Amino acid sequence: MTALAIKGGHLLDPAAGVDGARDILFKDNRVAEIAPHGKLKSANGAETLNAKGLVVAPGLVDIHVHLREPGQGYKETIATGTAAAAAGGFTAVGAMPNTTPVNDSPETTRWMLAPERGAAIRVFPIAAATRGSKGEAINDFAALKSAGAVAVSDDGHPILKDGVMREALAAAARVGLSVIQHAEDTRMTQGAHMNAGPVAFRLGLRGMPVEAESNLVERDIRLVTELRDARSHLHVAHTSTAAALAAVRQARRNGLRVTCEVAPHHFLLTDEHVGFYNTHAKMNPPLRSAADRDAMIEAILDGVVDAIATDHAPHAMHEKEVEFDRAPNGIIGLETALGLCLRWLHREWKMPLGRVISLMSAQPAALLGLKGRGTLTVGSCADAVIFDPKAEWTYRAADGKSKSKNTPFDGWTMQGKVHWTISDGRIAYASA
Amino acid sequence: MNAIAAPVRRKLNPPQPAAHQFPYHPGSLLSVNDLSLEALNHILTRATALEQQDPLTRDRILAKRRVTLLFYESSTRTRTSFELAAKSLGADTALISSLSSSIEKGESLKDTGLTLRALGAEAIILRHNSSGAPWLLEEATRLPVLNAGDGMHEYPTQALLDLRTILQHLRPGIAKVGADTLAGVTVSIVGDILHSRVARSNMLLLPRLGARVLLCGPKELLPELATGTGPGIAIERDFEAALRESQAVMMLRIQAERLAGLQLDLDQYKAAYQLTGDRLRAFAPHAPVLHPGPIIRGLELTAGVADGPQSAILEQVRNGVAIRMAVVERALKHPSDQDLSPGTPLTASVEGSRA
Repeated sequence: MTALAIKGGHLLDPAAGVDGARDILFKDNRVAEIAPHGKLKSANGAETLNAKGLVVAPGLVDIHVHLREPGQGYKETIATGTAAAAAGGFTAVGAMPNTTPVNDSPETTRWMLAPERGAAIRVFPIAAATRGSKGEAINDFAALKSAGAVAVSDDGHPILKDGVMREALAAAARVGLSVIQHAEDTRMTQGAHMNAGPVAFRLGLRGMPVEAESNLVERDIRLVTELRDARSHLHVAHTSTAAALAAVRQARRNGLRVTCEVAPHHFLLTDEHVGFYNTHAKMNPPLRSAADRDAMIEAILDGVVDAIATDHAPHAMHEKEVEFDRAPNGIIGLETALGLCLRWLHREWKMPLGRVISLMSAQPAALLGLKGRGTLTVGSCADAVIFDPKAEWTYRAADGKSKSKNTPFDGWTMQGKVHWTISDGRIAYASA
Repeated sequence: MNAIAAPVRRKLNPPQPAAHQFPYHPGSLLSVNDLSLEALNHILTRATALEQQDPLTRDRILAKRRVTLLFYESSTRTRTSFELAAKSLGADTALISSLSSSIEKGESLKDTGLTLRALGAEAIILRHNSSGAPWLLEEATRLPVLNAGDGMHEYPTQALLDLRTILQHLRPGIAKVGADTLAGVTVSIVGDILHSRVARSNMLLLPRLGARVLLCGPKELLPELATGTGPGIAIERDFEAALRESQAVMMLRIQAERLAGLQLDLDQYKAAYQLTGDRLRAFAPHAPVLHPGPIIRGLELTAGVADGPQSAILEQVRNGVAIRMAVVERALKHPSDQDLSPGTPLTASVEGSRA
């Protein structure tokens, strides 16, 4: 039996409505007791962390990461990716299936969850919706769920065929899984490497129109509407366009279970940040116009957005040090998400700290049905992040835990310093 | 769903892109935007001076300096022109083309550049099919890099030689260019604008001297947002209307290799945009006709126009050598080392250059 007491901190648990001075005791992977400072009754013999001046919040949850295993360990491994997650305050990550081979089987799902992978925090596999993520044949969702998958997605390979997507939504609803769609009509983005618009024209690069995203979101929402199954849940990954957000907003007004996430780079950066072909500003969906970026900020502040998710996508140095049109899409994000959200959403745009934390913990946990996560009530999982919300620091990608360093945020000022990350009652990360 | 975006209620102060450090080397020419008016005057003046200099003294300017041409695309004019320019100044040149080098074996642009530098290259002239490749090469090698065409992006020396050609016709004998040198002049660029690096460099360069650039072509090859590339750029879809307003006309080839599945009806295209002798006589009887080459006779222009009295196509080729001598010299010699005798005219007259 292990026990860990966190004393002297400020407990912030938006899901439980707690925002005040509390001590908290973890025992056997669970929250055992919460009490005013100095009043824990059963903390005798427990290891104690002094959280004076710090915020104690539910461990952060990122439902969109690429851990690259199996098969692409030179970019990231489950061990290094989860170490980066822990350093960023995360205690649970949803691992996308575009691995080698594609995670479309219970065997691969179980392999990812095996203790030999050396995960520092909890990994929740998101399995492929179709065989090999080829968008043709639906996988056995019940078998994937019992192996540990928490959702299905062909992330990176959007399901274009109406019939296949309809079947995926229906089959997922029957077993209680969400369908996560990377919304991109790839018929409109062939050979394109950034957002369509004046910047792409000036740089001589083919552009991805916003309609490639919004058309598919609208198509998916139409399919959910036609399905008339209250259990069906469509989640729109990494939303980047005002038009797609408008569609999500309207679907919700119509009572549909349609949710969406936004990545920090999409609410902070625009296609102007591509500069002179900076491959660390190349991702899919691409950085959009200032109007789209502003719409992301507005939607986050207005509560339309359900979660912040990083789309952590590690790539080796040599893969990004190439011509822009030959570079792979994606940037890492686990170690910068909290620092950027606090610096910009909280400090610059005045979003209350509790709401920021909710977008990064309680809401994403609820979205994927991760029971006992995203909150710190007695009996819930012993997952917590303990951080100084005011501390400023400079992010150096070279010092990061991720195996890869592909980020546009190198050298940026971050706000909020993680002191400890507690995963299942153990210290998964402690700052030096 | 009327409103696409929610109204922005707050004053947002989002992070701005950081200032970039390109070009790292003052001798590089990656984009026409790298050139100040002063640098532009310097290049134009030196082009004329070098062109007129005795070849026997000219070849001491860069004697035994090492210039490498790195070509990822096939080329006639550009490669020969740069090679002749560098050799005229006495430099040693080496040519690496992607089809007969380790690039075929998968060597990256960065490694190719570092290898050339280790072999003693002092400047690299790069032609590449990826937009932005010269920026990558310059960052990796920190050598002076001359962009000899990158994908659909830019081709600065072509714009410079086009400018020289236009000045010879419209401003013969001028001693210095400034922000209003081409005030009142409209230059039409006609055809496949979307895929053209020549068009992009020209539409950025000519307005800086006061010219108005009129883009002309069908929607598939000329998106509306092209006017957002910089100031002084407008679109006229009607070719004859564009010709009527033009003091110079630049015709472009349809870049079949970059169409990426786009289907064009060539008969329709020719009917609307081919420069014929009749059109030229009727609507722009005095305008020089430019074309960066290669020309496809019978498609974007007729043989009669290509060979006709208004054609400046071969003058452009000649001007290319002069401009490239100046640009290669600038890459390897600091401007203070160079002979700038005051009063040298920027351009000889048209007749002079034809002599």
